[in-house]
Amino acid sequence: MRADFPLIFERSVPGRRGFGLPAPDVPSVPLEQLVPPGALRSRPPALPEVSELDVVRHYTQLSHRNFSIDEGFYPLGSCTMKYNPKLHEEVARLPGFARLHPYTPEELVQGALRLLWELGEELRELAGMDAVTFQPAAGAHGELVGLLMVRAYFASRGERRTRVIVPDSAHGTNPATAAMVGYEVVTVRSDSRGNLDLAALEEQLDHRTAALMLTNPNTLGLFEEHVDRIAERVHAVGAQMYLDGANFNAMVGVTRPGDQGFDVMHMNLHKTFSTPHGGGGPGAGVVAVKAHLEPFLPVPVVVREGDRYRLDFDRPQSIGRVRAFYGNFANLVRAYAYVRSLGAEGLRAVAEHAVLHANYVRARLAPYYEIPYPRVCKHEFVASGVRQKKRDGVTTKDIAKRLLDYGFHAPTVYFPLIVEEAIMVEPTETESLQTLDAFVEAMIAIDRECREDPEKVRTAPHTTPVGRLDEVRAARHPDLRWKPS
Amino acid sequence: MYPQDYRYSSEHEWAKREDGRVRVGITRFAADRLTDVVYVELPPVGTEVHFMQPFGVVESVKAASELYAPVSGRVVEVNQRLRDHPELVNQDPHGEGWMIVVELADPTELDRLMDAEAYRRHIGEA
Amino acid sequence: MRYIPTTPEEREHMLRVIGVRSVEDLFADVPEAVRLRRPLRLRPALSDPEVVRLLRSLADHNGHADRLTCFAGAGAYDHFIPPAVWQLVGRGEFLTAYTPYQAEIMQGELQATYEYQTMVCELLGMEVANASMYDGASALGEAVVMARDLTRRDRVVLSQAVHPEYRQVVRTYTEPLGIRVVEWRHESGLTPPDPRAVDGSTAAVVVQHPNFFGCLEDVRAWAELAHGAGALLVVACADPLAFGLLEPPGTLGADIVAAEGQPLGNPLNFGGPYLGIVATREQFVRRMPGRLVGATVDRHGRRGFVLTLQTREQHIRREKATSNICTNEALNALAAAVYLSLLGPQGVRQVAELCVRKAHYLKSRIAELPGFHLAFPGPTFHEFVVRTPRSGEALVRALAREGFLGGVPLGRFYRGFRDALLVCVTESRTREEMDTFVAALERAVRRGRRAVGGRV
Repeated sequence: MRADFPLIFERSVPGRRGFGLPAPDVPSVPLEQLVPPGALRSRPPALPEVSELDVVRHYTQLSHRNFSIDEGFYPLGSCTMKYNPKLHEEVARLPGFARLHPYTPEELVQGALRLLWELGEELRELAGMDAVTFQPAAGAHGELVGLLMVRAYFASRGERRTRVIVPDSAHGTNPATAAMVGYEVVTVRSDSRGNLDLAALEEQLDHRTAALMLTNPNTLGLFEEHVDRIAERVHAVGAQMYLDGANFNAMVGVTRPGDQGFDVMHMNLHKTFSTPHGGGGPGAGVVAVKAHLEPFLPVPVVVREGDRYRLDFDRPQSIGRVRAFYGNFANLVRAYAYVRSLGAEGLRAVAEHAVLHANYVRARLAPYYEIPYPRVCKHEFVASGVRQKKRDGVTTKDIAKRLLDYGFHAPTVYFPLIVEEAIMVEPTETESLQTLDAFVEAMIAIDRECREDPEKVRTAPHTTPVGRLDEVRAARHPDLRWKPS
Repeated sequence: MYPQDYRYSSEHEWAKREDGRVRVGITRFAADRLTDVVYVELPPVGTEVHFMQPFGVVESVKAASELYAPVSGRVVEVNQRLRDHPELVNQDPHGEGWMIVVELADPTELDRLMDAEAYRRHIGEA
Repeated sequence: MRYIPTTPEEREHMLRVIGVRSVEDLFADVPEAVRLRRPLRLRPALSDPEVVRLLRSLADHNGHADRLTCFAGAGAYDHFIPPAVWQLVGRGEFLTAYTPYQAEIMQGELQATYEYQTMVCELLGMEVANASMYDGASALGEAVVMARDLTRRDRVVLSQAVHPEYRQVVRTYTEPLGIRVVEWRHESGLTPPDPRAVDGSTAAVVVQHPNFFGCLEDVRAWAELAHGAGALLVVACADPLAFGLLEPPGTLGADIVAAEGQPLGNPLNFGGPYLGIVATREQFVRRMPGRLVGATVDRHGRRGFVLTLQTREQHIRREKATSNICTNEALNALAAAVYLSLLGPQGVRQVAELCVRKAHYLKSRIAELPGFHLAFPGPTFHEFVVRTPRSGEALVRALAREGFLGGVPLGRFYRGFRDALLVCVTESRTREEMDTFVAALERAVRRGRRAVGGRV
């Protein structure tokens, strides 16, 4: 294999140093008196030996081989790739936040605790819920917390419930989380309008059901039109309504999960609340609950007493901890800055424009790509590449790869599983009409290419730093690290 | 394409009788749908497998599927070649791509499986 | 409206193309019963300068490490972060990118992650590492479940000298799955290997090294004991920089390592985001949770990187996945890789050695103070426990008034340790800071004695 671009290890030259440290300023003592010789490292780690300039060049060049929101349009359905405001980076880096040790005594972290308290108040109002926890590091972590709380709730009532219901369109984290909490997963189909099939749900609802996990709008980008009736039925058997809040961007200020009948939800701050995705993380997942679930929140909980803020550890019914310390605080700072920047009107405008932009792109693409559910969508919609597959022998994967040549990140593909050759597009509210039109033009051009020059699409991408990669080889013969010779 | 002397399960495994033993693999139909197989997880020799219960996993790049035992019995042989050559499942699923050999506990179970004709109908070919 | 570029004219144009009259029409399928028909009751929106002013004020109300010289550790460490780390990691190309599912345009992130996986293996002496998990505590929870899946046994022995919050998290992760966790008591700050701890139903033994008290566990002997009983050894670690100097867990026989990566180039950040590191043996890789980056070739034979072995993950395996993890701590892992690149093998050794030498100095000076003595004999890395003449909490408060975050009081974590402090010294602490700290300790005790009743 040829390597066009070196690994940092391949830039290494023995003896190079990238960093200077002072000499010890304490009296010298033989090392063997401090650490038993048998405990000392026998071979140094094969870390790269490079200069600081080498490091700067290497990572700067790597950054040029990355696509980011700062660079271009990123219409990944369900990911909400909205603009990440630079203002947030500045405030998150303030030493009062970044240089704060988590075990600093309470009276000396009142600024941090007040920020958490106020963010909690704002999020509770947005969600229509009574209490929050910031412990989860991501949405899936939030799902874990939510389901653990549901489990604790039923245990406190002496009820043994064993099943969690998910729609067939559910994100993979939902059944995976249910399994981690020891629940059996039951899947219910969606109907022809893209809603959860009520009759099918009824068949599965009984006193074994702990919870129904719903995403709303669902992963087809459609609002669950019967959500209030669903909530009624679920509560009628004493089960809990869980909202996967990944698609909250479509609802802020328009309709609240608490009002829809949900008992517990998670929010992805790295989606709706603009904190950056960082190449895969860190995120922050907030869980919000109704009052009856509050006793089960993870410890500690931020409480206010007059004008003082405290961390409350005395919570006998808590599910415990899912991480050390309090949460992905630096991202909570960013989310707080976002909420304070937008306010009520700004947040409502987010949902309105997210939905407007998605419907606009859907309307413009409809003549060219099949839209399996021709309803008004919310902040995202699902198209299908079946027409191009049948007519031209070009798959959705090919179309996605060809979009890269046009300078866009591809939408989410092959999800949800219930749509063949799925293409899920979420423009977000921070994109301009010009960008949306450019994306539509590219998709139209690719459709034409499918008909006139299908091989070009099938072998795409052509202009990226590497071509299509052999994933089979990577899985058959895993090469997961560089090895020194 | 589908050997006449094999029997087939609804989950796309085949069973080939070899006296008191049965050789097991997945069908061409299943292998094609999975696309390139990257890994096969098989049980150790001596494991008891049960009719239509999972005994392992076959993985491709985009999917991981359970393998369901078409007969009950004890595993007496495991195809070690699949460890380094999982592609055999795609190249020759009814031959070199075999997965396990089971000591047949109950011969009547084979009657509960489909013959080649019925299987072809099952996958919509006939 | 903030961050929304669409003008009223453009809005009208879009509505026409869609074929509806107003934005309200796009919400017609939301049942009236659940519509919010009143304004949201939120705090008023602020302009950018107002946001900065407000956040500065909130930040100023915190006793951070530039104000209070930091002698606290316990899972969060004040190591010096070279400025190049966040100048590079903060680039928009890394910060605002998504998970690298479209590999061809994300070779930067993928290669950086492959390099990170390599560096983690080298530091910990392990064969394969994943692309990151949430933090050391949750990584440990997932590692224990992984050990259960590998051995198909349901009993786990957990050293009490593992970080108390890590142990809480292990319980949260294991309890719903019916995994029994048995805590093994420490004696004099260590949990020495004990054959009574393991049996044929044990999936794993879990120790932390260096442990929560800073002491060095006998990992090799635990590995032998565990393996002899068919169990796995899981080693937790709160500061992997220790292995710049000490023999790493992989060499000592660990099967799975769950470490906290915050000390590698990541700020204190009031507890998060941090970095969960999981590393294991090659033979166990298919049961390891989290994303993995692998090397391969493109259709022109060029080296490239992809997410691989994805069939373990939730988006494919769903309820049979090794974990539910989706979003990880990629940016923090990148910071760790940049940090380790800048330091290199000599740098990590030097940092670790400075930690040990400086901690030893402070240890000896405090031990000389009347009323203070070291809680545990035996060598430590950069943290140690001191028995104090006043309650640890009261002492920390008094020290804060003198400009120090004096350590972590252990009373709330361990019974009988109300009068004890866990003190940490990193390479960032100077002799002058330590001498001033010792003087402040002395004063704090004298003042405390003068307090009414002598109990504070």
